[in-house]
Amino acid sequence: MTNENLIQYIYGIADNSLILGQRISELCGHGPTLETDIAMTNMALDLLGQTRSYFQYVAELSPKAITEDDVAFLRTEREYKNVLLVEQPNTDFAYIIVRQYFFDVFHFMFLKALENSKNINFQAIAKKSLKEVSYHKRFSGDWLKRLGDGTEESKQKAQKAVNDLWAYTDELFHMTENDKVVAEAGYGVDTTSFKDEYYAVITALLQEATLDVPETKYFQKGGKHGIHTEYMGYILSDMQYMQRTYPDMKW
Amino acid sequence: MTQDVDIDTELHEILKSVPDPEIPVLSIIDLGVVRSAKVLPNKEVKVEITPTYSGCPAMDVIGDDIKTELSKHGYIPEVKLILSPAWTTDWMTDEGKKALKDYGIAPPMDATSDKDALLGNKRVIPCPQCESKNTRLVSQFASTACKAMFKCEDCEETFDYFKCLI
Repeated sequence: MTNENLIQYIYGIADNSLILGQRISELCGHGPTLETDIAMTNMALDLLGQTRSYFQYVAELSPKAITEDDVAFLRTEREYKNVLLVEQPNTDFAYIIVRQYFFDVFHFMFLKALENSKNINFQAIAKKSLKEVSYHKRFSGDWLKRLGDGTEESKQKAQKAVNDLWAYTDELFHMTENDKVVAEAGYGVDTTSFKDEYYAVITALLQEATLDVPETKYFQKGGKHGIHTEYMGYILSDMQYMQRTYPDMKW
Repeated sequence: MTQDVDIDTELHEILKSVPDPEIPVLSIIDLGVVRSAKVLPNKEVKVEITPTYSGCPAMDVIGDDIKTELSKHGYIPEVKLILSPAWTTDWMTDEGKKALKDYGIAPPMDATSDKDALLGNKRVIPCPQCESKNTRLVSQFASTACKAMFKCEDCEETFDYFKCLI
């Protein structure tokens, strides 16, 4: 396993936090209520903070003299390895909550496994992030129950979001060739090991929320190989604008 | 309980004078984010700090404030951010918890009470204004990532609760 394997592996983890963090930070000042607005932006901050820890490590591993900002802001679309789920748009509050819950449950299980990595940087970041992600999971899970088991309208919107976003859940467990190399070296995580547990957990919560569990077997993937949905370009143009317009700018 | 901290005596008072930028009544020592501070030859000082939350925007400011304060005392400081072991509210000193309460922020409780309160199961967080435990959760997140928002049903004040992180 080379440093490049490790760097690519980190993109596969950290880009999820970066892009979801960017997505939910779009809600700053636009949340449906003040409390949810503040909660979502706090979660964005946690995710972006975790991303910084990963990218500082990438900068250390890289043979080039680069900074965390170069990694975050100056890659091209194909070089981002986040799953398609996290780049899906903020269609409405139900979408935001379902996307968050589908990711949070995975994120929590992933970090639990990453805690046992042979790599001490991964261990440290996982331990730190787990404390934060357990709050995220609780927040999004509580809201999903409230929406599903709420009014007729909230239930119908939550069900639509579940049906639409379900197609992006399978990709969370897709292992690229690089993922396998890093997992076999004891540094990475074999995500297939907790796939059944993941679906059991979200199925139980959907049932508690009185929502139907989709039965479709058709799933979307591509993000982990850099092939993204049409939403990704818009996220990047917003996110990268300042760095590209004023290279090496300092805040 | 500030376990495993290794701070040289001559630096202790100086670092204690540096406040948390978001909760200025709390010194960074009482918050437990300074993990070690050592004086090296030629007045060089090496300080290790750890973040409360990964994305805590105060960490950069805390690092700068430490450097400014130590430089004033003739030291040549270097500040390093470490992630492990991860910060916990157990590292907050009793003095720090009292300062929080006097400031109007309910200090972190033990893990069981914390969970009961944040899940809305039990009313256990005492209002920092009137001490009543008849308080309810308004939001699991508040003005900063480390706090939740509660409302006292007796004195009707809303207040921040510093969440337990273990």
